[in-house]
Amino acid sequence: MSGSIQDTFFEECQELLEAMDEGLTAVEGGDHDPEVVNAVFRAVHSIKGGAGAFGLDELVAFAHKFETVFDEVRSNKLSLDPKLIQLLLRCSDHLSDLVAVARDGGSTNEEHHDVLIASLAEYLGDEEEEELTFAPMGLGGPSVDLPLDDESEKTYEIRFRPLKEMFGTGNEPFFLFQTLAGLGELKVSLDESELPGFDAMDMAESYLAWDLTVTTTEPRSQIEAVFEFVEGLCELSIGSDTDEEDDAAAIAALDAAFASPGDAPETETPAPFEAPAPAVETPVVESKPAEKAETSQAETTKKEQRGPKPTLRVELERVDRLINAVGELIINHSMLAQQIANLNVPDMRDVETELEGFKNLARDIQEGVMSIRAQPVKPLFQRMARIVREASSATGKTCKLVNEGENTEVDKTVIERLSDPLTHILRNAVDHGIEKPEDREAAGKPKHGEIRLSASHRSGSVCIEVKDDGAGVNRPRVKQIAIEKGLIPENAELTDAEIDNILFMPGFSTAKEVSNLSGRGVGMDVVKNAVTGLGGRINVSSNPGKGSTFTIILPLTLAVMDGMVVSVAGQTMVVPITSIVETMRGSDDMINSLGADGTLLSIRGHFVPICDVGAALGLARPDDQPPGVYLLVETETGQRSALAVDDIHDQRQVVIKSLDGVCGNVPGVAAATILGDGKIAMIMDPESIISAGGGAGFDLERSMNNAVAS
Amino acid sequence: MQSQAEAKYMDQEVKHTQQSEFVSFTVAGQAFCLKITQIREIRRWAPVTILPHAPSDVLGVMNLRGAVIPIYDLAARFGLQQTEASERNVVIVVAVHGKPVGLLAESVSEIISINPEEIQETPPVDSRSTMEYIQGIISHHETMVRIINLDAVISAPEQVL
Repeated sequence: MSGSIQDTFFEECQELLEAMDEGLTAVEGGDHDPEVVNAVFRAVHSIKGGAGAFGLDELVAFAHKFETVFDEVRSNKLSLDPKLIQLLLRCSDHLSDLVAVARDGGSTNEEHHDVLIASLAEYLGDEEEEELTFAPMGLGGPSVDLPLDDESEKTYEIRFRPLKEMFGTGNEPFFLFQTLAGLGELKVSLDESELPGFDAMDMAESYLAWDLTVTTTEPRSQIEAVFEFVEGLCELSIGSDTDEEDDAAAIAALDAAFASPGDAPETETPAPFEAPAPAVETPVVESKPAEKAETSQAETTKKEQRGPKPTLRVELERVDRLINAVGELIINHSMLAQQIANLNVPDMRDVETELEGFKNLARDIQEGVMSIRAQPVKPLFQRMARIVREASSATGKTCKLVNEGENTEVDKTVIERLSDPLTHILRNAVDHGIEKPEDREAAGKPKHGEIRLSASHRSGSVCIEVKDDGAGVNRPRVKQIAIEKGLIPENAELTDAEIDNILFMPGFSTAKEVSNLSGRGVGMDVVKNAVTGLGGRINVSSNPGKGSTFTIILPLTLAVMDGMVVSVAGQTMVVPITSIVETMRGSDDMINSLGADGTLLSIRGHFVPICDVGAALGLARPDDQPPGVYLLVETETGQRSALAVDDIHDQRQVVIKSLDGVCGNVPGVAAATILGDGKIAMIMDPESIISAGGGAGFDLERSMNNAVAS
Repeated sequence: MQSQAEAKYMDQEVKHTQQSEFVSFTVAGQAFCLKITQIREIRRWAPVTILPHAPSDVLGVMNLRGAVIPIYDLAARFGLQQTEASERNVVIVVAVHGKPVGLLAESVSEIISINPEEIQETPPVDSRSTMEYIQGIISHHETMVRIINLDAVISAPEQVL
C-alpha cells in the first residue's frame, strides 16, 4: 500500500519537476510573469509536501530553502537577476537529483548540496532568521502583543473537512493548523461525529473535520492563503465574526418574524446566548455551496490557464498488450480476406465492402493505440537543457540550448532509448564543438554558444537535429587521428562527408586528454549503435567555422513499418521501404562482371555492385534461375548497392516481431513479421546483407544457442 | 473382505497420486517421452519459415498465435537421421526457460503413467551428448522409452563446433 502511494508520489514528482523546469526555463528566457513564478513555487512546494509525508528529510530541507527563496521572489522581495536564475536552475537540477536519490537510493554530492544551501541562504539573509523565530511563536500559542491591535483584530470561524484526496497528496492538516497558529490565536476542535465504528471504517476514507477559530489581525486573504494548497481537496468555509454579527442580526429578525404568532416565548429568553452558536453553523452551511462553487470555478479557470489536459495513468504493459492484440487483428484481417478470396464466390461485393470497413476500423484502432504510446519529446529535451548546463560549467564555456519542436510525438520506447545518445551528442557538442568564449570572440561570434535541438516529423519518420554554432569538425585532425589509430590507411583519399563519418567509427576519440565530460573512451560509435538499434540512422554534416549538425532519423514507431514483400530463393521476405531507393527488373545486358565473382549493375551509366540476397543469407535457390529483380538501396555512407531478389509481390505495412530470445542476432535479418497467410517472413536488414555480401562466415549457431540459453 | 478391497482401492489411489504422466512420441523410429507438464500443446506440422544461417537442427520459425517460435528437429538434435517433415508429423510446443519452443517429432504415441521408482537411470554409453540429453529410461510394454532432458537439449551447444 505504502509502496504504491510512494510510487504515485515519485510519478507526480517527475511531472512536478518537469513543470518546474519548464517554468524556470521560461523565467530564464525573460518571462517573469507572476503566474510562471507561482507555478514553479507550487511545484517545489508540492514536492516538499509529498516528501514530508514520506519522511524524506533531506529532500524536504532542501525544497524548503528553495521554496523560501521563491516565495521571496513571488512577493517581489527578491528580483530575478541572471545570477539568481542560474542559482535556481542549479537548485532545480539538484532537487531532481535528490528526488532520484530518494527513489533509487544512492547519494548526492554533499559538497554541492552544501554550496547550494549556502548560496540560497545568502539570498534569504535575515529573512531566514525571522522565520526561524516565527515557528516556535506559533507553537507557543497566544502571543502577547496581539491584544494591542484589538481594534483591527477579527475572529474567523473556519470549518475544515479534508477529502480523502487531500491525504492522498501527502498534505497534513497539522501543518495547516500550525501556520494558522502563526497568524494569531487559534482554537481547534475536532469534529469526529462522522467517524463510523471501527469495523465499518474505510481506511482510505476521510472522516474527520475540524472547527477552527482564529483570532488575528491578518486579513482574510492571509487565512485563505494557508489553504491554498489544499484547494479543491477539502471542504472549506471561512466565516468571520463580522459576517456572523450580520447573520445573527438577520436570524434574530427572522426569529422575531416567526415568533410573532406567539408560540414558545420562554425559549426566546436564552436566545441571546444561544444565537451565536447556531449563527456560527448557519453561515457555514450557507456559505458552503457558494464557497464550493467559487473554488470549482477557480479551478476550472486555473485549468484553462495552465492548460494540462486531464490524463490517465496506465501501466505500459497494458498498452503493449493492446498493441499486440491490434497487431493480431490486422494479421487476422488479411488472413480472412485471403480466405474469402479463395472461396470463389461469384458475388462478393457486399463481403468486400464490409471487409474494407473492417480493415479501416482495424487501422483506426491501430493508429489510436500507437498514439497512446506516442509522447512529446518535451521532457527529454528539457532534461537535455541540464546536460548542456552542466557540460558548459564543467568546460568553462557558455552555451545555451534552444529547443524546437518540443511537441513532436515519438514512441515512448524511442524517447527512452534516445536519452543516452542525445546526452552524448550534446556533451560532445559542448566539449568539442563550441569554442572557448575568447576564441569565439576572436572569430567574431557571440560569446554564448548556441546549440539548437530540434525535432520534427518528416514523411513517416522523426528527425532529431542537434546543431551547434561551434568550430565544426576539424577534418585534418580527425583524419590524422584516424590514421594514427589505424582506422584508415595512411594514403586514404576521403571526401569531406567520409571524414565527418569517421567520428562514428569504433575506437575513434579526438580527446587529447580524458576530460571529465566526453572522451571517456566511449565514442560516437556507441551513439550510432543506439540509433541503429532503434531502426534509425545518424548523420553528421559540418561546416568549418560555422558549426556541425547531427541528424538522427528515426522510425515513428517500433511496432509497424512499411515494407516491400519480395521472394528470395523460395522464401518470402520483407525489405524496409525506407532503405529502398529504386526498384527495377534487370536484363542480362545490364549486368557486368568485375573480377572473378564481382558483378555490377549498370543504371543510367552508373555501375553499382550487385548483392545476391539468397547467397548472402545462405539460402539455396530451388532452380538455377538467376534473380531478375533489383532493389537499389543506399547505405548510411551514401554508398549504393543493388540487392538481387527473385520477385516483388506487394508493398504493405507489417507488424514487427522481434527475434530476440528466439534465435539471437541473425546477420542480414532485422526482425520477423507475420504475413496475411499467417506465415512468418523475415525482415531484411539491407546494410548487414551488403556488408556480408562477400560471404563472410556467420556464426549463428553460437548466437542461437546463447539466445535460447539466456 | 470389504475392508481389504477398500484398502486395495486406497492403495491404488495413493499410487495414482504419486504417478507422473509422460507423453511418448517417436523420433527417427525411437521412442522418447516428455513430462506432460512440460508440454504446452501439440500441433500438426506446417511448413516453417527458414531462418538464414541456422544450424541444421533448427528448421526455422513458426507463427504460434502471433508469437514467433523456433522449431528444432529433435532427430537432428540427437544426431539421428533428419526427419523428412510432412503433414503427418507433429510439432510439440514446450516451454524452455519460459520461452515457447517447437520440437519436431514423427508422431505422438500415448500418455504413460508410471511411478517415479520405475524410471531407470540411463545406462552409460560412450556419447556424452546422449548421456546429457537422456534423463532416464522407462520400460513400457516391452519397449524402451527415453525421457528427454529438455534443458540440456535446447540450451546445450551443438557438439560439432
